[in-house]
Amino acid sequence: MRYENLLDAMGNTPLVGLPRLSPSAEVRLWAKLEDRNPTGSVKDRAAFFMVAQAEKDGLLSPGATILEPTSGNTGISLAMVASLRGYRLVVVMPENTSAERRALLRMYGAEIIGSPAAGGSNEAVRVAKRLAEQNPGWVMLYQYGNEANARAHYETTGPEILADLPEITHFVAGLGTTGTLMGVGRYLREHKPGTSIVAAEPRYGELVYGLRNVDEGFVPELYDPSVLTTRFSVSSGDALRRTRELVAAEGIFAGISSGAALHAGLAMAAKAVAGGERADIVVLMADGGWKYLSTGAYEGTLADAEARLEGQLWA
Amino acid sequence: MAIEVRIPTILRGYTGGAKQVTGTGSTLGELITDLDSRHHGLADRLTDGGGLRRFVNVYLNDEDVRFLDGLDTPVKDGDTVTVLPAVAGGARPPAAAR
Repeated sequence: MRYENLLDAMGNTPLVGLPRLSPSAEVRLWAKLEDRNPTGSVKDRAAFFMVAQAEKDGLLSPGATILEPTSGNTGISLAMVASLRGYRLVVVMPENTSAERRALLRMYGAEIIGSPAAGGSNEAVRVAKRLAEQNPGWVMLYQYGNEANARAHYETTGPEILADLPEITHFVAGLGTTGTLMGVGRYLREHKPGTSIVAAEPRYGELVYGLRNVDEGFVPELYDPSVLTTRFSVSSGDALRRTRELVAAEGIFAGISSGAALHAGLAMAAKAVAGGERADIVVLMADGGWKYLSTGAYEGTLADAEARLEGQLWA
Repeated sequence: MAIEVRIPTILRGYTGGAKQVTGTGSTLGELITDLDSRHHGLADRLTDGGGLRRFVNVYLNDEDVRFLDGLDTPVKDGDTVTVLPAVAGGARPPAAAR
């Protein structure tokens, strides 16, 4: 395959069957491998679309500054896109960040502002919003509410899936900003009504929820529950177990959120088997396992790996 | 009949610090009423005018009840109900207690 530049090589990721994990010939699981993107994650799609839309809206001129609360894949994707398109990127993330993530972001030229670790992800968003107010020329793309995030999946991920698997019955993905599920979900419900849209939501350890007030929680502005048919809560133990099964059974080295999505996919597969129905279940694998190696997720006992993830936002 | 209900840290003031309590009922709504009879005030933190409060998520055997029948979702002996506050998505590396 030949492309004029790296950004053109985004998307069109492989859909790979999982013959060993699928329960039968009638109930089949398929993995969409989003690590086959320029910076190795599904976020490349959202980052590209959000920047492209901001350019179309006249918000970005050469040398402009983009601001975003993220230390995960979105930050890395935006750092690459910003660098190639000639913009400055400032990321806001909790203070105690792993060396790999900081190195990757700096390598792409991003500047890092730390937010208090104790405030978690909600605090990073608050700090970023304050910075945006203080710097009116800066552009905060805000992945949690930016329609271009969901639209990237409506225009690329969804059509790719339906083209590769017209017989699809279920689409399963991790639920974070909700962009993937909203975009792919809307596309599939329009073009293949009756497709189940299944969310796999990570269930973190107690430390993460801590004293988070149930009256001031956070629901991404993109989220429209009417697009989903089912939403599962997946524990770190189950996510880890499935991530390891993916490697052992199918040779696929994916990140921990992919294990969570697979867990929900397997639950849907079991329901199909129990109901005597055929199913073709697509599970989106958001990234590869590289960034999670240092968590020990892929070696030692499952119990130890689970203990190491305690207190971490692993998806 | 016993249904296990997992309580998030923020609400354990109502359960005397317990992270897990048991209750009975044939629907989620009845279960919450039953819990409230022993843990006064809990129902008001979870529900509001006949529905679940916006930033509270409740799962029955790991499935979000908003995609089942909400407060009318049937529950039975041996089920596990988990209550969690709504949080933002996105990966973060190791953190001290938040």
